Amino acid sequence: MSVTQLAALAATAHDATQVLPPKLEARDLNFYYGSTRALIDINLKFADRSITALIGPSGCGKSTLLRVFNRMYALYPGHRATGDVRLDGESIFAPSVDVAGLRYRVGMVFQKPTPFPMTIFDNVAFGLQLEERVSRARAAERVEASLRDAAMWDEVKDKLGDDARSLSGGQQQRLCIARTIAVQPEVMLFDEPTAALDPISTLRIEEMLQSLREKYCIVIVTHNLQQAARVSNVTGFMYMGELVEIGPTGQIFTAPRNRRTDDYVTGRFG
Amino acid sequence: MSRRRQVRKLGNAAALCLSMLATLVGLACLGAILWTLIARGMSGMSVQLFTQMTPPPGSAGGLLNAIYGSVVMTVLGMLIGAPIGILAGTYLAEYGRDARLSSVVRFVNDVLLSAPSIIIGLFVYEVLVVRMGHFSAIAGAVALAIIAIPVTLRTTEDMLRLVPQAMKDASTALGAYPWRTITSVVYPAARSGIVTGLLLAIARVSGETAPLLFTALNNQFWSKNLNAPMANLPVVIFQFALSPYKDWQQLAWSGALLITFAILLLSIIARLIIAALPGGGSQR
Repeated sequence: MSVTQLAALAATAHDATQVLPPKLEARDLNFYYGSTRALIDINLKFADRSITALIGPSGCGKSTLLRVFNRMYALYPGHRATGDVRLDGESIFAPSVDVAGLRYRVGMVFQKPTPFPMTIFDNVAFGLQLEERVSRARAAERVEASLRDAAMWDEVKDKLGDDARSLSGGQQQRLCIARTIAVQPEVMLFDEPTAALDPISTLRIEEMLQSLREKYCIVIVTHNLQQAARVSNVTGFMYMGELVEIGPTGQIFTAPRNRRTDDYVTGRFG
Repeated sequence: MSRRRQVRKLGNAAALCLSMLATLVGLACLGAILWTLIARGMSGMSVQLFTQMTPPPGSAGGLLNAIYGSVVMTVLGMLIGAPIGILAGTYLAEYGRDARLSSVVRFVNDVLLSAPSIIIGLFVYEVLVVRMGHFSAIAGAVALAIIAIPVTLRTTEDMLRLVPQAMKDASTALGAYPWRTITSVVYPAARSGIVTGLLLAIARVSGETAPLLFTALNNQFWSKNLNAPMANLPVVIFQFALSPYKDWQQLAWSGALLITFAILLLSIIARLIIAALPGGGSQR
């Protein structure tokens, strides 16, 4: 296969993601903390089997946006969203939507590792047992598969009965990712998943993200521009609650259309 | 060394001295109490203390009925009080964090926490004893439960609040409803704190005299009937210590020593259990 053929194939693949209906979509989304408007008219689409990075300076609203997608904001009084977010074309704000069911489909990994006070096995199996009765054998299979996906099966296979809090910080974070994978969500949201980790743990999680791309629609919020460039295929730049620009990662970092994006990715502010 | 720094150093030394002195005073009081209890109570320690009933003055006897009654009423009181205290604490810390009802409950609980126990005894006397027409172990247990509730509630709420919000959010983000998050994640994370709270409540309850005086009263004889007056260590100690009889006074000292050591033993056992649990002890 020649280089031009490859390029053509890549182009059609890229077109395909544009033509396919989006997995997750925000339409005229606004978000308020009390009377403060934290997100302003956000419109964007996330394709299935892709990694979208959201970048921007602190307080730009990227974590807020992420927390709208699984309605985590609903836990806090005074937080409200207007507009619409659609998962597979259906509104997640509809009254008929059960939030626990939504969060089952839209998983989330947080900045700080949050192992539950139980064994490694029970941590990963935690979500499994919420929606369905799972036999011990079936649970064991799912736990193993999830830990393999999170690239830590070999490290923990002999100590599944140990307390999860005895793991190192990087391992704890991968355990949290395995825990999220175990419920087989359709979308995975990562809120600065490596901000609290050392470079080697960060690298391992980035490698893992690459392999997860084939199965999920992934959205990752990151402060680390190199990380966005390394792991994502689409990057969105947010500033002061607005989505300034979104496009293929290569284009955002090398030829952004907006001057503010250019200033940010070249390090002139932020 | 500058003059200024010398002053600061002196200030530090003075503060250290004062706090050590305060610690010593506290420890000395505790030591004196323990020493007196051991010195006066130890001589009455014998097998018959645990095998015989409280005697009439002048004859030999033990504290068996009082020990049994104390254990029964403490256990019963905790069985009633602990679930109420824990669930109410859970409401305040998790469900009703910012609700108006919570601040009211919290305030009322603080009042109850510092209410003189004799008032609680009188309350149960009015509500239960008068209506039932007689003193009873059940009334005693209810009075003890009312004392245990505010202690348990307060420590449970405080301990649940120490569990990081991030951990609760992580459970919620996996699709868990609050109750599941609370039972599977929050309670285990706060386990050692909650158990400590329960022990504090047991310690508080097992030494209470006034509420039992109005409810369970006392019983010279062996009684397993929960619907009748029941002997218990605090009231026996109270009566015997105030009596003019030497042997009754001796029994009172021994009883006091017994309660103190029972609570001490309970704390030690609980600490050992907590340390042995996965993730208990030092890992936090």
